[in-house]
Amino acid sequence: MELLSGGEMIARALQDEGVEFIYGYPGGAVLHIYDALFKESSIPHILVRHEQAATHAADGYARATGKPGVVLVTSGPGATNAITGIATAYMDSIPMVVLSGQVQSHLIGEDAFQETDMVGISRPIVKHSFLVQRAEDIPATIKKAFHIATSGRPGPVVVDIPKDLTKPDEKHAYEYPGSVKMRSYNPASRGHSGQTKKAVKLLLGAKRPVIYSGGGVILGNSSELLTELAQMLNYPVTNTLMGLGAYPATDRQFLGMLGMHGFYEANMAMHHADVILAVGARLDDRVTNTVDKFCPSAKIIHIDIDPTSISKTVQADIPIVGPVDAVLKDMMSLINQQREEQPDLPDAVALERWWQQIEQWRAAHGLWTAPRYETGGPIKPQQVIESLYRVTDGEAFVTSDVGQHQMFAAQYYKFDKPRRWINSGGLGTMGFGLPSAMGVKLAFPDSDVACVTGEGSIQMNIQELSTCSQYGIPVKIINLHNGYLGMVKQWQDMQYEGRHSESAYSNSLPDFVKLAEAYGHVGIHIEDRAELDAKMEEAFALKDKLVFVDVMVDPAEHVYPMHVAPNGSMADMWLSKTERT
Amino acid sequence: MRRIISVLLENEPGALSRVVGLFSQRGYNIETLNVAPTEDTTLSRLTVTTIGDDRKIEQITKQLNKLVDVVKLVDLTEGAHIERDLMLIKVRATGAQRAEIKRCTDIFRGQIVDVGPSVYTIMLSGTADKLDSFVEAMGDAAILEVVRSGVAGIARGEKVLRL
Ligand SMILES: Cc1ncc(C[n+]2csc(CCOP(=O)(O)OP(=O)(O)O)c2C)c(N)n1
Ligand SMILES: [Mg+2]
Repeated sequence: MELLSGGEMIARALQDEGVEFIYGYPGGAVLHIYDALFKESSIPHILVRHEQAATHAADGYARATGKPGVVLVTSGPGATNAITGIATAYMDSIPMVVLSGQVQSHLIGEDAFQETDMVGISRPIVKHSFLVQRAEDIPATIKKAFHIATSGRPGPVVVDIPKDLTKPDEKHAYEYPGSVKMRSYNPASRGHSGQTKKAVKLLLGAKRPVIYSGGGVILGNSSELLTELAQMLNYPVTNTLMGLGAYPATDRQFLGMLGMHGFYEANMAMHHADVILAVGARLDDRVTNTVDKFCPSAKIIHIDIDPTSISKTVQADIPIVGPVDAVLKDMMSLINQQREEQPDLPDAVALERWWQQIEQWRAAHGLWTAPRYETGGPIKPQQVIESLYRVTDGEAFVTSDVGQHQMFAAQYYKFDKPRRWINSGGLGTMGFGLPSAMGVKLAFPDSDVACVTGEGSIQMNIQELSTCSQYGIPVKIINLHNGYLGMVKQWQDMQYEGRHSESAYSNSLPDFVKLAEAYGHVGIHIEDRAELDAKMEEAFALKDKLVFVDVMVDPAEHVYPMHVAPNGSMADMWLSKTERT
Repeated sequence: MRRIISVLLENEPGALSRVVGLFSQRGYNIETLNVAPTEDTTLSRLTVTTIGDDRKIEQITKQLNKLVDVVKLVDLTEGAHIERDLMLIKVRATGAQRAEIKRCTDIFRGQIVDVGPSVYTIMLSGTADKLDSFVEAMGDAAILEVVRSGVAGIARGEKVLRL
């Protein structure tokens, strides 16, 4: 058996695990590991400019590819800088392995230089974590970390490694385990067949059904199955913010996103449904609005790999714990069986009536049937997304930050494929957009990757423009420049009588074009609507260049629909500044 | 409703903090907590008593099960079970009170395990209720210190919690 040092074992294990990129930042506690990477490893390492960006880049990579993202940071400040990105991945169930250096074993607990209790600090925001105790345990621990991060409901796993375990002069027998068995960790591999039968019966008996699908469908690689199921039944589908792309947006059966800024027809259909099939979604507060008023006449079938997601906020009538793909497959074969016996299921007349109702809703207030914004005056943020959609043929990977621009992107870019819409839904992390776009672009160098952002969010990780120069990462940054922390301003407009407390920057913003140029990139400024498409095209024509497209948009625009809160139901929405349902 | 949840936990560093952290992070309440190794050195047995309605308890057990270090668990209150809490209580015992305290200890089947010129230390085990009653029965006697192990529990009959 080969003898390797702890540092070398880490380098080798990552290679044996098939890791494609390491996103990281060196420091004292990981110097042995970095030296081993230098000597041993063929895995490209991307040196970010802030550890938060390393986690977001790994996260973007994971969301776009479905493979786990890998992060390497030093102890103390390196580890704490990674925390926001770990929490972001945790909230959205993204597979990630974070290797953090730790002070030498004998110094742990002594407040040594750059010591921080990483396992402790990260505990509530990881799927699991390890503090490695012996160098010999490194390969098995790394194997377990990847196994846990990627199986069941995915999530981030932290492996904290004291520096002394990575010493170059202490060698250990290295063997990378082929598989892992853990008696305490066995995620469900199938749904309960009795429950599935009941669910199919309920589903086929529905008169006003809605399929409500979430990020779990994308994470579980089940978009095609979901689409097949929906189309064999001709049932309407709505996706959560995290689930966009799981069902093709341009298909007639798609009602758009649901929830706080969801489509009118999606929220109305949910509210009036008699049966809801919730798949890989967790009925969180941004979807349900007031829980007590949630979908008053609906029976809920809830499929999720994680039992804690079921009946956490809204009681499910038929819970099914299992991987989405296996459960959907079982459901489809049961549906086919059932329909052989009863070909008149589901009730075609009722379904037709339901679709008529939905089409009425759609015609009245649907975002895609007619422009729902004023078309005179300054450029509207919605128009920028429409332009982006046209110019990229709806095929781009779109990452976003957090704010109004995020909601406009979610509403107006029609995602037909899964894993193309990359955003921080659960934690809502400003600063996510640019680094996650880097991770996506590195994995898909031939695809268009756009980061839709705002002048507030982009500045939270703007230093990554330097990383993009170093590695030649030609993402396109679409800055919806409204001069405000727009989403904050919107709430202040609506709930605080327009008192804009600390939501503007009083003329302190940089010239983003010059800033991009200073990093060696291209900047394009757009103010005139007539130039929007042409300049957008110009940006995407520069294939090998990072282009910072700074679009001045109407600062007065609000995101609608918007749930009325507190105490509103799914059907209670603001449709514009003056119209309410 | 009060529940007694008993957990087999991997005997790994940090495992206990994950359980305790879960309770505080999600706003669940811990009435008592008892943890010790078992005959299998790779496992600890942890017993927690908590209060909540059925839905909350369901979430608690699901969330506990989700922790990677949790191997198995049972809600003992779902079936017939035995629960025991151990108490050591130190009371001021002088003059006539000494006989009175001794009598009361006997009634509760406790033991005086340490005797000083003016204090008794009494050991008592039983259900949490019984220990509460004893503390109440001490009445006027000045209680100097109370320490309790927290509830440990086991199912009655054939039912076992093991791998
Ligand atoms: C790290 C972080 N801090 C604060 C917030 C709260 N927040 C949500 S949206 C928003 C404003 C974002 O402004 P900008 O990036 O310009 O986007 P806009 O809403 O203007 O499109 C803020 C401050 C957040 N989501 N993340
Ligand atoms: Mg803004």
